[in-house]
Amino acid sequence: MSATIPARSTQTGPDMQEALRGGTLSGGRKAKNHVASGLMVLAFLAAAIPLVVMGASVVSQGYRAVLSGSWWTQPIPETGRSDLANNQNLSDLGFGTPSDAGASSSVVLGMAPAIVGTLLTVLGAAALAIPLGIMGAVYLHEYGKNNWLAKFIRFMADVMTGVPSVVMGVFIYTIWVLPRGVDGKSAWAAALALACLMLPIVVRSTEEMLRLVPDNLREASAALGTHTWKTTVKVVLPAAIAGITSGSLLAVARAAGETAPVVFVIGFVTTVNASFSGANTTLSAQIYGQQQAGGVLAQDLAWGAALTLVIIVLALTLIARRISRRFELS
Amino acid sequence: MTTYDHNDDTQTTTDSTAAAISGEAVTMPMQLAPPSAGIDSAERQGNAVEPESLPKVFNLEELQVYYGSHHAVRDVSMAVCANQITAFIGPSGCGKTTVLRCFNRMNDLIAGARVEGLLAYHGVDLYSAEVNPVEVRRRIGMVFQKPNPFPKSIYENVAYGPRIAGIKKKSELDDIVERSLVQAALWEEVKNRLKASALGMSGGQQQRLCIARAVAVSPEVILMDEPCSALDPIATSRIEDLMLELKSEFTIVIVTHNMQQAARVSDVTAFYSTEVNPDGDLRTGLLVEMAPTVDIFSNPSDELTEQYISGRFG
Ligand SMILES: Nc1ncnc2c1ncn2[C@@H]1O[C@H](COP(=O)(O)OP(=O)(O)OP(=O)(O)O)[C@@H](O)[C@H]1O
Ligand SMILES: [Mg+2]
Repeated sequence: MSATIPARSTQTGPDMQEALRGGTLSGGRKAKNHVASGLMVLAFLAAAIPLVVMGASVVSQGYRAVLSGSWWTQPIPETGRSDLANNQNLSDLGFGTPSDAGASSSVVLGMAPAIVGTLLTVLGAAALAIPLGIMGAVYLHEYGKNNWLAKFIRFMADVMTGVPSVVMGVFIYTIWVLPRGVDGKSAWAAALALACLMLPIVVRSTEEMLRLVPDNLREASAALGTHTWKTTVKVVLPAAIAGITSGSLLAVARAAGETAPVVFVIGFVTTVNASFSGANTTLSAQIYGQQQAGGVLAQDLAWGAALTLVIIVLALTLIARRISRRFELS
Repeated sequence: MTTYDHNDDTQTTTDSTAAAISGEAVTMPMQLAPPSAGIDSAERQGNAVEPESLPKVFNLEELQVYYGSHHAVRDVSMAVCANQITAFIGPSGCGKTTVLRCFNRMNDLIAGARVEGLLAYHGVDLYSAEVNPVEVRRRIGMVFQKPNPFPKSIYENVAYGPRIAGIKKKSELDDIVERSLVQAALWEEVKNRLKASALGMSGGQQQRLCIARAVAVSPEVILMDEPCSALDPIATSRIEDLMLELKSEFTIVIVTHNMQQAARVSDVTAFYSTEVNPDGDLRTGLLVEMAPTVDIFSNPSDELTEQYISGRFG
């Protein structure tokens, strides 16, 4: 038998090394392999370029504001108002030359109201959307399965995921803000709009995670005389908790960055309002508003807010990963 | 309603079982132990005993099972007797698992599954409207083909059922866990690592853990669906020994593909087969014959059984 493949069975030492390195591949195949690898590296670089450029410009334009000691604690300087920034020469206002506007000592750079507002709206939205979304997913996967109601909810969730976020803003503006007049705009209204946005994401991602829990665990629990709801609480949800947590936190991160649904319903403030009622502001609203306002100081505030938002979202994402890894290990 | 006394001597077993499995009673399964006191230990040894002389735990009459429009099993009539091991054998797809899962209403979990005919447990029709399937499953436990421990610690796996049944006291749970693991012949191997994850055990250990978990709620019946099919011969023989030990306390129904296993452990064997439906290519399973294991293996009365046992078909 060995006589038919002597060349291979007798390879030893350096020969075998060469063979295992792929040295026996024909030149044509090697060349194709190199070309394909090269193309893939190029594709990766092309995909990475916008990401790197964006990250670099956000950091380079925003770091001065964010690193200034007052950024996380002080109110937003009034220059955000277009009437101040647009029509006047910046040096007249004592901002120094445009190039070092952010470092100017005469203006205290601050973003505390927007940071507080962002945390408030996102927390409120998460508190509304995550429990509701998880319960909805539990209904869909553990109870409804394929009945008409479950199918209908699943379909609506898919449609809702595709609805442009601005529509959520208009919706909350119409049903919540308008009836309340001047008091209607608030962090709570923004939280409602963001919750509408998060809900379908949480429902669908949680349902995916429940689907990954093997049925034999449900059967094992049921066979011991356990009601479905208890099986869900004691076996299914604990088994899926890592995925549910990271899915929910990603929905939170996405909501934190939303602008359109927020600017409609949150109003405008420049001082910290740590309550759900009354006008408020968020980082995304500040990025939008300051950028609209124009002027160098406003631009600096916008970049600073952008970097702050990136940092917050990054932190949320890292926490999500941490949590899912911890659950996986145990 | 509060004056209703379950321990009233005038009540028959059937009445209290009916009340208990419909969820009215808060009695523990233990208190519903089978009326096995009258059987002396010599009779329990099994093989020589005439099944008719033992109390019937299950009584099936013309049981039909459908999956949607597929008539999966037809006309199963049999009796399962207390403290015996009843084996189901037959070719793949003949409905052994399907019938077994009817006994504790596990088929309820499958969308489209439907059962007709009579399946009585101590005289109570398990499929009547008042019966609560959750109560049924507390009394009739199940061990699955693939070991399926929860992704929890060994201790928590065994304590799961008792906790669900409402036992909260630590000392009581500790006792149950130890007793169940001893019964499942696993205690010596795991007593020092009860807090370790059950997923870190070998397949054979996991299956014995699943048996311990089933035993922990003190069921009257344990259903086993090919419990050894994923195990090596040594683990298999341990579980077979275990079944023979457990049979003094529990009634066991086991599905197996292993003819020697059926011959070694069971008192009664039921042989199932399939027939091709005239209308369509789906098959319907049926019970060919059921008899004491010694008779089935020495002189089967049906030709199909004989062919299957001798390995010429299936
Ligand atoms: N969940 C299900 N949904 C639909 N049909 C099913 C389902 N489970 C089993 N069946 C069908 O019922 C019939 C009997 O299946 P069953 O699993 O009871 O056979 P079995 O005797 O246990 O076979 P095996 O020895 O291979 O385990 C088969 O025709 C199968 O296709
Ligand atoms: Mg089977």
